Amino acid sequence: MPEMRMRDALREALREEMLRDETVFLMGEDIGAYGGSYAVTKGLLEEFGEERVKDTPIAESGIVGVGIGAAMAGLRPMVELMTINFSFLALDQIVNSAAKLYHMSNGQINVPMVVRMASGGGSQLAATHSHSLEGLYAHFPGLKVVCPSSPADAKGLLKRAFRDDNTVIFIEHTANYGLKGDVPDDPDFLIEFGQANVLREGSDVTLVGYSGSVHQATRAAVMLQEQEGISAEVIDLRTLRPLDIDTVIRSVQKTNRAVIVEDDWKFGGFAGELSAQIMERAFDWLDAPVARVCGKDVPMPYNRNLEFAALPSEEDVVEAVLAMF
Amino acid sequence: MAIEVTMPQMGADMTEGTLVRWMKQVGDQVTRGDIIAEIETDKATVELEAFDSGVLRKHVVAEGETVPVGEVIAILGDASEAVPDVDRMPPAVTPARRVPEPVPTANGTEPPRQPAAAAVTPPANAGRLRISPVARRVAHEAGIDVTALVGSGPDGRILRRDVEAAAKGAASEPAAVAPAAAAPAPAVRRAAPAAAAATTEGLSKIRQATARRMTLSKQTQPHYYLTLDVDMTAAMEFRRALNASASEAQHVSVNDMVVKACALALQRHPKFNAEFSDQGLRLHEAINIDIGIALDEGLIAPALLDLAHKTLGTIAVESKDLVERAKHGRLRADEYSAGTFTITNLGAYGVESLIGIINPPQAAILGVGTVMAKPVVVGGEIAIRQVMKVALSADHRVSDGAEGARFIKEIQGLLENPVSLAL
Amino acid sequence: MTATPRLARKAREAEPDIDQLLDFLYQMQLIRRFEERTGEMYTKGKVRGFLHLYTGQEACAVGALATLQPQDKVVTHYRDHGHAIARGMDPNRVMAELFGRQDGVSGGRGGSMHLYDASIGFLGGYAIVAAHLPLAVGLGLAANMKKENFVTLCVFGDGSVGEGEFHEALNLAVLWNTPVVFFCENNLYGMGVSFQESLSTQVTTLAAAYNMPAVSVDGMDVTAVYRETLKAVEHCRAGKGPYFVEAMTYRYRGHSMADPELYRLKDEVEKYRKRDAIDRLKARLMEGGHLDGAGWEAIVERVEKVVEDSIAFADASPNPPIDTLFRYVTKEPGDA
Repeated sequence: MPEMRMRDALREALREEMLRDETVFLMGEDIGAYGGSYAVTKGLLEEFGEERVKDTPIAESGIVGVGIGAAMAGLRPMVELMTINFSFLALDQIVNSAAKLYHMSNGQINVPMVVRMASGGGSQLAATHSHSLEGLYAHFPGLKVVCPSSPADAKGLLKRAFRDDNTVIFIEHTANYGLKGDVPDDPDFLIEFGQANVLREGSDVTLVGYSGSVHQATRAAVMLQEQEGISAEVIDLRTLRPLDIDTVIRSVQKTNRAVIVEDDWKFGGFAGELSAQIMERAFDWLDAPVARVCGKDVPMPYNRNLEFAALPSEEDVVEAVLAMF
Repeated sequence: MAIEVTMPQMGADMTEGTLVRWMKQVGDQVTRGDIIAEIETDKATVELEAFDSGVLRKHVVAEGETVPVGEVIAILGDASEAVPDVDRMPPAVTPARRVPEPVPTANGTEPPRQPAAAAVTPPANAGRLRISPVARRVAHEAGIDVTALVGSGPDGRILRRDVEAAAKGAASEPAAVAPAAAAPAPAVRRAAPAAAAATTEGLSKIRQATARRMTLSKQTQPHYYLTLDVDMTAAMEFRRALNASASEAQHVSVNDMVVKACALALQRHPKFNAEFSDQGLRLHEAINIDIGIALDEGLIAPALLDLAHKTLGTIAVESKDLVERAKHGRLRADEYSAGTFTITNLGAYGVESLIGIINPPQAAILGVGTVMAKPVVVGGEIAIRQVMKVALSADHRVSDGAEGARFIKEIQGLLENPVSLAL
Repeated sequence: MTATPRLARKAREAEPDIDQLLDFLYQMQLIRRFEERTGEMYTKGKVRGFLHLYTGQEACAVGALATLQPQDKVVTHYRDHGHAIARGMDPNRVMAELFGRQDGVSGGRGGSMHLYDASIGFLGGYAIVAAHLPLAVGLGLAANMKKENFVTLCVFGDGSVGEGEFHEALNLAVLWNTPVVFFCENNLYGMGVSFQESLSTQVTTLAAAYNMPAVSVDGMDVTAVYRETLKAVEHCRAGKGPYFVEAMTYRYRGHSMADPELYRLKDEVEKYRKRDAIDRLKARLMEGGHLDGAGWEAIVERVEKVVEDSIAFADASPNPPIDTLFRYVTKEPGDA
């Protein structure tokens, strides 16, 4: 298995899917001549041509709408919105059209489209460019929400996204693009949606994360083992819709404790949803209240130290775990 | 053929309408599309057009009236036919309402809203058992009484490991069933001590309550202790004299004298007749002294009530009555709960000294030993005196040692000058 | 119960023949009475939610939709009953949808604003103003990429032109040379605000700014609408890119059933009623000797029966069963 960075794994997925299925095409802001803001689509214009790799105007709502129309007519578009921060401008198309057409039309029209976007803070991009909105998109029935944490997952999940008959919101954490890992080169390598990944087995506490926060959780698990002798299980959700709550519940039944780690704001965030589901399904298995380690409730400040304080760290996770013993 | 004209639905949220004005009068010819009335909804005034043609035969609803959507408001028909006897028929369509209308209160203002959530302070010493859901479930499945457990988790929460440790102890009871290396130790950080051979006895309610309350006391109330000897020689003489002329029911016990002394001392040292809370000290007006009574099922400590102005004789009568009723389970509720101070006395067992655990949420307890003859230095010479050891256990959050010393010295002084008890 | 799109009896000619004009008259009358009875059903609580009637604008739907071929696509706004019927959607199933019933074209899940019948390329009424314009460009893009020779007719109101998506869509449509006819029904009011008060220029000027050919036509003259829209459709089908048609029209009823119409005078409504598209076509056919009183009565009776039948059909159709609630949220392998 070749080792590659996540951006390269994503490119491999796009390439393989375009070769496999001629209805797949890409459009987005600066994905062609520029090669993509995060270099994911680099070289694809040269390989597949302008017809299938379309540079678009900066018009998020318009291009997502065009993607929906193309999908309605039987194509499988991938629309890249550069970053999740710009997706607010396309929110109506995503929520009111892409997520609802299948239901409103009584099953006559579906929208097989992949919308890719980069998310997350930590790069000193300040308040408007540091969002983590995975939970926001997971709120809407009719969408699938995918958020990989590793190069292999990124490839397997993105390839799987092109085989889905619904709109898939595919969210990549900017801190993960440079991550290296072994990635299968089998063109049939797919990772099913709704299958959480137990990254590390443990017996004393369950740490749940996705995308970027998986890495804080994993580092915290190592610290807990080495410094406190606490054995933490780490679960990567991989997809928020569909959500593999069963794997989380099974783990909590074993460990009796759960800490959810999420970059997004705590108030009204996905961690709250997860916490409630654990309470609903595993109340009688809990030894402590479910804890949430999330982004602080402020617009993201620019200053490095302030930004660091606003984001959840592995130390925060360790502290939350120790408070349970 | 008579045609009913109904109050129209003119908007998704309309439930009723007011007939503002009839544009067609009885006898007028109406053609489809004609405006026959003006209707006022809560949003606007709209025109009602006829969907059929005919002669307007009757206004069922008068101008100014408000009726629900769907109710008949007029009748159209041929000029010749008889007008059906329609009079405010019930609506054919009941608009479904998802949201109830706000209900005005008697004075016509909005119903009171819930006050904004204030900071929630748990009641001090609420005594609620802190146990995690999984610990409760495991205990229930293992038949373990959780009130007897001491929690090792945050704030004394009983955790799964505590229950499992207890279950392990209970399960290993018959030696044959539980060989030494039977079960692997549970993977918890604070492993339970190796179980020793023992038998497990069920817990009475009193036992359970005592366990819970004493645990609460020791975990939340920092105790300090003061002990001293009381020379009871004069008090014993005084008691003999009193009892010589009293009926059986009025016989005074040593404990009655201690109760009386404490009642007097508490009036002068209110911090020992108090309880701690995060908001401040609650100083009780009434002096209610719990006295420990050993029953077969366990220890109870009902209160003698309102002792501030009771005489020693009254205390003697009431304490006997209290003990008697306690033995027959006929105590009143306030005698269980109203105590503000406790005296625990094991003098009858010959115990020399006794240091008590504060009965939460009280601020102090007095432990009383037996009265025994002892050689004591009096005026530079050794003398044989009747001596009783008393020990004050007090909540350091409420009082300091010097205050405790003055309080216990007060008790000592009263008992050593027993005439003061007769007042 | 799949409908078939209305087929041209022969190749579309720039000028409709008498048979076609008689068919236009029938369709406009059908839409007129369908809408009038729908309004009545609303006052009786049979139709609920928001209801926007098309009365007065019939010539737009009938004239424009008649230019399309079976493979073509239609997306439109929420005042969509007229377009659905003009495209050949079964009136029974349209009325059943308005009643929210199981046999409705959208199974009772869409309602008045969301009529769909994919089998005739009718891809929906859209209730967010201008949201469907980019979708039309996407359909056009797909036609190009798949090399399928279908044209997309995108119908919207004058209220759309202030939305950003209108401009994004026009720009993209021209950039990517998509076969989309942008058909603006300018009924003078975006709800209650007149378009002169909400637009700094003329509607067709906006199209011209994006290098898109544009024409403005009398939207209360069905022949004129047909003629200009056919040019637009042929332009698209020839691979020359998008085309813009503005049809000047007027709605007789308020914006929706709850509209008290405070923003316009009755005289104005009367003025437009004197130019009524049905009356004008009827008079023209009668003057030419192609229609007499009995012929008109026959049309009226036929229409009354179709509409009455649609109400009976809708009334008889059951509500969708509650246990179907979670159907069609996401499409999964093995779904029906």
